[in-house]
Amino acid sequence: MRDGTWNPELPLPMTIREVRQETPAVRRFVLDGSLTAEPGQFIMVWLPGIDEKPFSLMNAQPVTLAVAEVGRFTRAMHQLSQGDRLWLRGPFGQGFTLEGRHLLLAAGGYGAAPLAFLARRARGEGRRVAVLVAARSRQHLLLVDEFRTLGCEVYTCTDDGSDSQPPRLAPQAVEELLTSLRPDALYACGPAGMLDALEALARQYHLPAQLSREAYMRCGIGVCGSCTCGDQLVCRDGPVFRIAG
Amino acid sequence: MAEQLSPDLRVNLCGVLLPNPLVLASGILGTTAELMERVAKNGAGAVTCKSCGPEPRAGHPNPTVLDWGPGLINAVGLANPGIDEAVEILRETRRRLQPLGVPLIASVFADSVKGFAEVTRRVCAVPPDLVELNISCPNVEAEFGRPFSLDPDAAAEVTRAARAVCDRPLLVKLSPNVTDVVAIGKAVVAAGADGLTAINTLGPGMVIDIESGWPILANRVGGVSGPAIRPIAVRIVYDLWAHLRVPIIGTGGVTCGRDVIEMIMAGATAVGIGSAVIQGGPAVFSRIAAEVRDYLASHGYASLNEIRGLAHARRHMEP
Repeated sequence: MRDGTWNPELPLPMTIREVRQETPAVRRFVLDGSLTAEPGQFIMVWLPGIDEKPFSLMNAQPVTLAVAEVGRFTRAMHQLSQGDRLWLRGPFGQGFTLEGRHLLLAAGGYGAAPLAFLARRARGEGRRVAVLVAARSRQHLLLVDEFRTLGCEVYTCTDDGSDSQPPRLAPQAVEELLTSLRPDALYACGPAGMLDALEALARQYHLPAQLSREAYMRCGIGVCGSCTCGDQLVCRDGPVFRIAG
Repeated sequence: MAEQLSPDLRVNLCGVLLPNPLVLASGILGTTAELMERVAKNGAGAVTCKSCGPEPRAGHPNPTVLDWGPGLINAVGLANPGIDEAVEILRETRRRLQPLGVPLIASVFADSVKGFAEVTRRVCAVPPDLVELNISCPNVEAEFGRPFSLDPDAAAEVTRAARAVCDRPLLVKLSPNVTDVVAIGKAVVAAGADGLTAINTLGPGMVIDIESGWPILANRVGGVSGPAIRPIAVRIVYDLWAHLRVPIIGTGGVTCGRDVIEMIMAGATAVGIGSAVIQGGPAVFSRIAAEVRDYLASHGYASLNEIRGLAHARRHMEP
């Protein structure tokens, strides 16, 4: 009904082709199917009898997810292995749009997944991509090798300094990189506090920024009003919100 | 050629003036003041909040809402923050809607007659422009028992109890899932309802994933809405208007101006918009309002009053 047509948007099954442990908390799931999707868009993953939750795409062709074990649902996901099925609806929401020749991506914690998809797209178009991967400690730095393989310049920062650099929070590291690299645009995904700080930085530096936000979601299609951020619906108006800078 | 005056879309709903007949239906987007203000700014003629009940409710687990093609099916399960917080949200919503001239309809539910009276009393302190009793949610039967809307006496009792404490115009939202909806309508109007909202979702229905065999909704069953149910909604509005002549918010599968005109020809005073927001977000209201205006202009009507209930005057030739 989305486009006045009668195409249902029901969950479709896909089979897990590969599971890879990325960090102590995060596993990568590569599925046997593909979607037409933009980096930053999300899907709803349904495990029958358990629940249905939103996940940003780490890649769409094939569908790839990076899932942190944080609760009942993701614990169930982590028990899945190659050959198991899961069901998904989507893609939904507004993704990232590429702007500028030199991009700075800031990944906080599990926020690296949609930025890996963005980096793949941006590098495919020959844009210069620098990535800050931030986490609470070195072992939780996510997808560093992935970003390197994609041809990005990778920087890291940790809350505790366990990556052999001074301990600092992501916004501080981003501000240093804004000064030293002078990128054309900032892209970020991570905890709300980090995104709020980066939004302030973007305004201060008059830099366009695209921030992918999380929210408690139900329908995923903009009717239930569960995922509001001010007067915006994260599932439909977001999850990526652009700040003009 | 003489300049044509723009048709008048205003409607009088139980003494409350709506700038146009399009009402945000309850359960859709009505969760926060900011969101309801956005809907109003996007052209809604009135806004109904998500139904609020006596206590906070988390609702059902996901999946709760599905687009199955010709419509939606949902079992959100009356998720709401409870009346204490709802009153604060509604106060802020009223503050934001008043300067826009868009009335606020407070939808309430409870699992008992006493509960309905209490929630209605509390909500009237806001005050909203109208109160709507949601006696017809099909998704909480396991907890709440049979909806009040399925029995004329139970529906009347709830209405009477709410009426006694309600100083605002009172609407009762009816279920289509009955054999004689007119009997329910008559009972609630006799008990003091000023108007009716028809219809709540149809069913419950079920959608099964044939790869796994699982009913997809976590609640297994849910209320069906959207274009699939529109002819049923139109017929029920037609029947209610034929027998009762009270203001009706005709709700069920309306997605465009033509659907609005059809509902009003059946007898509706105003028209609810719910599932259609998946097609264009809050902007559907201004799009549909423009389509209604175009229809009236192109057919030479000055206002919706000229077509309200028109279908009732059209009788087939005697054989």
